Amino acid sequence: MSNHEITLTINGETVTRTVEARTLLVHFIREDLSLTGTHIGCDTTSCGACTVLVDGKPVKSCTMFAVQAEGADIETIESLAAGGSLHPLQEGFWEKHGLQCGYCTPGMIMSAKGFLAEHPNPTEDEIRHGISGNLCRCTGYNKIVEAIQYAAEKLQSAEAGGE
Amino acid sequence: MIPGAFDYHSPRTLDEALSLLQKHAGEAKILAGGQSLIPAMRFRLAMPPILVDINRLDDLRYVEERGDHLAIGAMTREHALEDSQVVRSSYPLLHDTARVIADPLVRNQATVGGNIAHADPANDHPATMLAYHATVIAKGPSGERKIPIDDFFTGLFENAMKEDEILTEIRIPKPGANSGGAYTKLERKVGDYAISAAAVQLRLDGGTIAEARIGLTNVSAVPMRARAAEAELLGKSVSDAVIEAAGKAAAGECDPSPDLRGTIEYKRDMTRVMVKRSIHKAIARAKGGN
Ligand SMILES: Cc1cc2nc3c(=O)[nH]c(=O)nc-3n(C[C@H](O)[C@H](O)[C@H](O)COP(=O)(O)OP(=O)(O)OC[C@H]3O[C@@H](n4cnc5c(N)ncnc54)[C@H](O)[C@@H]3O)c2cc1C
Ligand code: FES
Ligand code: FES
Repeated sequence: MSNHEITLTINGETVTRTVEARTLLVHFIREDLSLTGTHIGCDTTSCGACTVLVDGKPVKSCTMFAVQAEGADIETIESLAAGGSLHPLQEGFWEKHGLQCGYCTPGMIMSAKGFLAEHPNPTEDEIRHGISGNLCRCTGYNKIVEAIQYAAEKLQSAEAGGE
Repeated sequence: MIPGAFDYHSPRTLDEALSLLQKHAGEAKILAGGQSLIPAMRFRLAMPPILVDINRLDDLRYVEERGDHLAIGAMTREHALEDSQVVRSSYPLLHDTARVIADPLVRNQATVGGNIAHADPANDHPATMLAYHATVIAKGPSGERKIPIDDFFTGLFENAMKEDEILTEIRIPKPGANSGGAYTKLERKVGDYAISAAAVQLRLDGGTIAEARIGLTNVSAVPMRARAAEAELLGKSVSDAVIEAAGKAAAGECDPSPDLRGTIEYKRDMTRVMVKRSIHKAIARAKGGN
């Protein structure tokens, strides 16, 4: 068994901790860092509830070891409402009723954030392809797609307005 | 679930990785994208005492044409393959495949080398690489070996590499003029393994099928070529009857197991359909269509 000291950035803050090699990133985030916005929905790498951004890319944090995140820049759902105002994605989910029970929502939003960074002006098909790793048992996805379209437009117009 | 305990190493160079494998022969396992290995470890189906994480070997990430082939570094993520311009324009069979492997989150981590090294008949790249007549490059303490894809898959989750070797590259021969390929996969939902899928790569000479290779996914214990189906195509002029005969031959020669994805009869018949669809698309592409 090996323990490792790791240093990484999480939501803009640099942290150093000692972890056991077998600690999954999601457990590290939830239990060691007490950031419980990131959810665990399955044991089989299937649901995407645990999605976080690692160096900008959305990945399933239940299928990566914390020790592998040495030096990485990690963003979780807690990073979004900076300064207390909602991120356009959060606003979109609110306005368009993109959630019901909310269990899938943190993963869905982080996945959408990574997706929009690469596809700022997506078609509906691209959005559906982009979030296809995230399961939602409640909404039927239509409202989620609308929420992401809302955010894409808002982010685009903020960019055009030079904000 | 939490995996069993292990010792973790994260080498910075290929040589360092190779010497770790040699030093811990029989105990060390390579960790690439982790999207097959970590789920297996969580269920304690795999309990390697030592992991050699090769994610810091950035030199093994590339997709580019070199001489007569496309070279793919083993640590290339599926996402990069899906996005690659040269793959999109010149290797449609590979582009088809990359898009339907798992889901976008898994594809951000999963590697092409891991997909092939895992030798899982449910994985999609083995069939595609069989159809492409690819070559696998394995590096070990005594140098580099070229393993033809036809010799690579030796059993369920077993391949022709030695324990102290690392798969470093996959080479796909550049398709010649009048070539086309396609991958067709039947899946229950996005992110699932295939019920059945077929990879076809062929070359036309006038109206005749001059070359054809077909790989099948998830309908046998070891990734397989549909040689009887290929034989139905070779030297024939293109017709619906010839394509149907190839589909039927593939249905007959595959060896699926019944499971949640369907009965043997169903999987055989879907294999017939997948093979036919891939052949039709490959022919259309060989003629310059999409
Ligand atoms: C929910 C889900 C759905 C999936 N669906 C599909 C699907 O539809 N189609 C599909 O093809 N795959 C699918 N996969 C599997 C996925 O593509 C895996 O990532 C892939 O099988 C293995 O690649 P990896 O890089 O993650 O390898 P790892 O999991 O890290 O390794 C797999 C095995 O290969 C060995 N290995 C890895 N790299 C090397 C190397 N360079 N040299 C020597 N040995 C090596 C490892 O030691 C290990 O034994 C799915 C996975 C998940 C979690
Ligand atoms: S918890 Fe379900 S994919 Fe990670
Ligand atoms: S809102 Fe309930 S799972 Fe998506």
